[in-house]
Amino acid sequence: MYVVVAGGGKVGFYLAKTLINEGHEVLVIERDRRKADGISEELGSVVLRGDACEASTLSEAGVNRADVVAAVTGDDEDNLVICQMAKKKFNVARTIARINNPKNERIFQILGIDATVSSTDIIMQQIEQKLPAKSLLHIRVLEDADIELVEADVSANSTMVGKRIRDVKLPTDTLILVVAHAGETKLVNGDTRLAAGDHVIALTRTKNEDVLRGLLLA
Amino acid sequence: MIVLILGCGRVGARLAIALDSEGHDVRVIDQNVDSFQRLPLQFRGQILTGQGIDDEMLIKAGIDEADVFAAVTNDDNTNIMASEVAKVIHRVPKVITRIYDPIREEAYHALGLETVCPTALGADLIENMLTQAATVTNGKAGA
Repeated sequence: MYVVVAGGGKVGFYLAKTLINEGHEVLVIERDRRKADGISEELGSVVLRGDACEASTLSEAGVNRADVVAAVTGDDEDNLVICQMAKKKFNVARTIARINNPKNERIFQILGIDATVSSTDIIMQQIEQKLPAKSLLHIRVLEDADIELVEADVSANSTMVGKRIRDVKLPTDTLILVVAHAGETKLVNGDTRLAAGDHVIALTRTKNEDVLRGLLLA
Repeated sequence: MIVLILGCGRVGARLAIALDSEGHDVRVIDQNVDSFQRLPLQFRGQILTGQGIDDEMLIKAGIDEADVFAAVTNDDNTNIMASEVAKVIHRVPKVITRIYDPIREEAYHALGLETVCPTALGADLIENMLTQAATVTNGKAGA
């Protein structure tokens, strides 16, 4: 695969390094001479010095034959323009943008970027998973479908305790999938009863997350 | 007319003053408070400090009721992104984007943005002046 990485900061450097190790053809575009030289020293001649937002630089990089363009600079607006230029002017099949401000995620999707990676969100998720606090933990969020996989420990005050799943009014598009009780993990069906302290994994819509949290952790 | 102007530099401020004096409802956004010093005391429009590509900021500035959005910061990509947000997400009827880089201007013009490229305009104008001057000089020399 030919991958063009726009931005040679820490993210760009380690991304390029990983891709090269996996046997891909990689070109990093970096504006700053010192950063560009640093990457050349470490990874060999895989750097093009220039502004990835400019069509002439992208053309020089041979973006038209790239399978993927990953824009990973620290500026969201630059990453957007790089991906849009790659897609609209050079017909690149897949464009991936790093997002620094999580608010921009939805905007990037509407504006036609194939995939986004939000470093802030990833760090938040990692920290969240390490917190003991009573809350829903995100295992996986499918942004395109607005669906998320969450886990939680059922609190003693939960209105669901002791009831069969079929008798609980769950929010729409919400499924309790798996329950771990006293060291035993089982798939949930309508007859399953939840007990306080049970560990559950559930699927829900982002907009229904608060209702589910209320049911499990109230 | 409700006009949102992103960027209170020389162009943004001048535009804001002109539209304000014509009686329009003008709101100017700039991330640097000092930029608003370019506006005179009698300016009646609204000033908002913040980043133009922050969607919440644009909503606060009333983008959903705006008739015109003009992105004139000194950063091409900021102008492009803010304009796309205004046009695609908030459906502002008239969106104008300043882009200094002629190649990028051409690309985004082709993609449907209404763009202004001061670099190309300036160069063309100067070239015209030079060509005319040369014609006049040649004419005199020939006479």
